[in-house]
Amino acid sequence: MESFDFVEVKVPAKAEYIGVVRLSTSGIANRMGFSFDDIEDLKVAISEAITNAVKHAYKETGEGEITIGFGVYKNRLEVMVADHGGSFDLGRVKEDIGPYKQDDNIEELREGGFGLFLIDALMDKVEINSKYGVIVLMTKYLHETEVGQDGDQISTS
Amino acid sequence: MNLTIDVSNKENVAYVTLAGEVDAFTAPKLKDTLLPLTREEGQTVEVDFQDVSYMDSTGLGVFISALKSTKEHNSEMKLVQMQDRVYRLFKITGLTEIMNIDSTVRGGM
Repeated sequence: MESFDFVEVKVPAKAEYIGVVRLSTSGIANRMGFSFDDIEDLKVAISEAITNAVKHAYKETGEGEITIGFGVYKNRLEVMVADHGGSFDLGRVKEDIGPYKQDDNIEELREGGFGLFLIDALMDKVEINSKYGVIVLMTKYLHETEVGQDGDQISTS
Repeated sequence: MNLTIDVSNKENVAYVTLAGEVDAFTAPKLKDTLLPLTREEGQTVEVDFQDVSYMDSTGLGVFISALKSTKEHNSEMKLVQMQDRVYRLFKITGLTEIMNIDSTVRGGM
């Protein structure tokens, strides 16, 4: 079993807390050694997922909590955003998750317009589990690993 | 984590200077300020992005609404001094094709 650290943050489903989670995100990503640009990508992607969850929670009850889980691995950061307050049953989340498909029934996520599109564009992998509420699982690899996997690519920047 | 919005007028131009972060929390305030300005016929709304440190799709949504409003009311909108990070979001969503973004003075190069 691959070892990792897990950080869980729970915030009220209110827009004013999105910036708070953004700060946590940049703290964790910075500690892991992500580049400035990657940290900015992570901040946008995670904010988009939380914005969707806030809208969803608000539409349902006007209150509630959002749970954000950070899986800190040696070569990647996995972030889960759940639009409900319960803690993650990690095994179950992964069991039920699948790649995002255009015909998935996730209207709540789409209403953000460019939200899900941006998550997809900025993260390396995006998965959605809509069995128990909506959980978005996003993965971003540390750049060093990407270079190792695609060693033949020459940077043009 | 907040957004400050300053508006000043000079002849037919409304200068909107933004500083801070545009997200789901601050976007409604931006929308409330920006949209009425675009409803004045013949007016140019120039939005200065120099001190915008963060923006996401909620901000893009505001500028899409504002652009639509300029088309309806015969006004204009110009986005200037955009940081690379923010410009990138307009770029990957294709909005650079339809918005007047002055990239020559873009910050962070």
